[in-house]
Amino acid sequence: MPPLLDVRELSVVFQRKGTRPVTAVDGVSFTVEPGQTVGLVGESGCGKSVTSLAIMGLLPRRGNKVTGEVRFEDTDLLQLRPRDLRDWRGRDIGMIFQDPLSSLNPVIPLGVQVAEVLERHQGRTRQAALKQARELLDAVGIPDPARRLKEFPHQLSGGMRQRALIAIALACKPRLLIADEPTTALDVTIQAQILTLLKELVDDSGTALVMITHDLGVVAGLCDTVNVLYAGKVVERAYRHDLFAEPRHPYTHGLLQSVPRLDVDRGERLHQIRGSVSDNIPWPEGCAFAPRCDRVVDDCIGETVPLEPTFRAGALRCANPVPKEVAV
Amino acid sequence: MVRIISRRLVQLVVTLLALMTLVFFWLRSLPGGPVDALLGERATPQTRELLTRALGYDQPIWVQYGRFLKNVVTGNFGNSIRTGEPVTDVISRSFPATVELALAAIIIAIGLGVPLGYLAARHRGRLLDNATIIVTLIGISIPIFFLGYLLKDWLTQGVHIFPPSGRISTGLDNTDVTGFFVLDGLLTRELDASADALWHLVLPALTLATIPLAIIIRITRASVLDVLDEDYIRTADAKGLRNPTIRKRHVLRNALLPVVTIIGLQTGALLAGAVLTEKVYNWGGLGTLITDSISGSRDYPVLQALILLAAAVFVVVNLVVDLSYAVIDPRVRVR
Repeated sequence: MPPLLDVRELSVVFQRKGTRPVTAVDGVSFTVEPGQTVGLVGESGCGKSVTSLAIMGLLPRRGNKVTGEVRFEDTDLLQLRPRDLRDWRGRDIGMIFQDPLSSLNPVIPLGVQVAEVLERHQGRTRQAALKQARELLDAVGIPDPARRLKEFPHQLSGGMRQRALIAIALACKPRLLIADEPTTALDVTIQAQILTLLKELVDDSGTALVMITHDLGVVAGLCDTVNVLYAGKVVERAYRHDLFAEPRHPYTHGLLQSVPRLDVDRGERLHQIRGSVSDNIPWPEGCAFAPRCDRVVDDCIGETVPLEPTFRAGALRCANPVPKEVAV
Repeated sequence: MVRIISRRLVQLVVTLLALMTLVFFWLRSLPGGPVDALLGERATPQTRELLTRALGYDQPIWVQYGRFLKNVVTGNFGNSIRTGEPVTDVISRSFPATVELALAAIIIAIGLGVPLGYLAARHRGRLLDNATIIVTLIGISIPIFFLGYLLKDWLTQGVHIFPPSGRISTGLDNTDVTGFFVLDGLLTRELDASADALWHLVLPALTLATIPLAIIIRITRASVLDVLDEDYIRTADAKGLRNPTIRKRHVLRNALLPVVTIIGLQTGALLAGAVLTEKVYNWGGLGTLITDSISGSRDYPVLQALILLAAAVFVVVNLVVDLSYAVIDPRVRVR
């Protein structure tokens, strides 16, 4: 059986007149099995959001070039006409975004914003859709949903808004949900609630989830497999447990070491990876992480380091990986 | 809603009172005055004194001011110095002409401006957009009197499509009910009068509409571009909504907010009278009345009333804008 989502060599190049093209996503490949939760992890600017927008066909129509394949079951979404892709979005693939306030229309009642996706894809009347919207809001844990239907986004708390967006994204029972940093804009306590809710909902409905995050805690709690992105490329892929137990790429290793720990002294400096991913744009030939890497060797410079399969469906793109025994 | 309106009415009274005081003293602090204007340079001191006393300008200024306030409160704005008629009569003769012209102009400006601005935004960076930017730049920069005479020359002298001036053809025996000629024709079923008045309205309204039209196009374009960049439009796209739904439900309503403000400001300005346009097309509205009252006779009572009227119109138009805001944007309603 083919995977639910099969992203092959996806590249996105931004190009505007008079500027040099910028490669934001560079040959990213990964698969998502039905019901599986897959993480895309990386710091700001590594291309994870652009990847998700490219999958959904939500990048601006002009100023960029998307190549590769995004196979959803047997259909390459990139080959669909924009008009036809609209039939898939919201129905087969749902998406939730980072900032729940700005992602809801301020001048439209919440009920209509939930109902319209049902009207569009399931041919419901407004009345039937609103009735179903009430049930959906109830299912995502919004109290007094009948009243909330008539309210506007500014009358809801941040966590409530994100719940509403989840209700919208899952309204048509899509087989795939893409969550682009769904908890970044929320309080820590609310973050946990939202993640738990997401996990319950996708587990119950068998929806596959692509979780985009920079938060390794989210990955640890939620994802089956993890793709670590750096400078638009997948640098390491592994099952969650393997990744946390034995990170092989120096970047992954650095990320995990940067997580504050309770079992070290308070005065101890936090580990940090020097520089930032955007310091080196345009990213150099060879390994883009090389300028920041402590383990850099000659093979890292000049030629592209290939993504090699490791054990258990994992993969690694590194000429001088962290030895296995140096676990965190 | 009631609270907004009542608060605004109080504001209106305070504004008008302050303005009344300001205008009263400001007009009288200007060099010259009605006496000089009416009698000219060669009048004898006796005549001057006689007229000064007849007009009541020999009284101390505070007494004049008190009398003015008292009269205004009772709705009496005095008589025009120039014609001797009650000021209310003079103004109510000119006001409908101005309202008719201003409404026609603003309807043209909105009716063309919002769709054109929207189209320009949808075609951002392409031919239509660039053409719109250039044309609106010309629209904003071209002097009104120049454009007015240009249109008049082409469309009334060269090709006789439109009448050159006035509000209605001279031979036409129309019944005056409200002073709005187009409306009067409809009310009295003199449809030929309505059509004739409408025909006279076209060129002045077009001329007067150019600046508001250009501004509305630009604001709409910028506002639509802003909204298209918003996250909630991306959400709407992610829902798979069809383009027309997104445009109507999600883009337009949000984009209209700044446009409504501009429409309000422009409408207020137009209703205060269009001096240049009225001059070109010999349109007897407030603009003409203002110039006549200043240059001909320094007609204090008329000028005072005109300025108050303009202020009142501005406040009322702004109230309407605020109320429409509350209709469009729920965030305003709560406050």
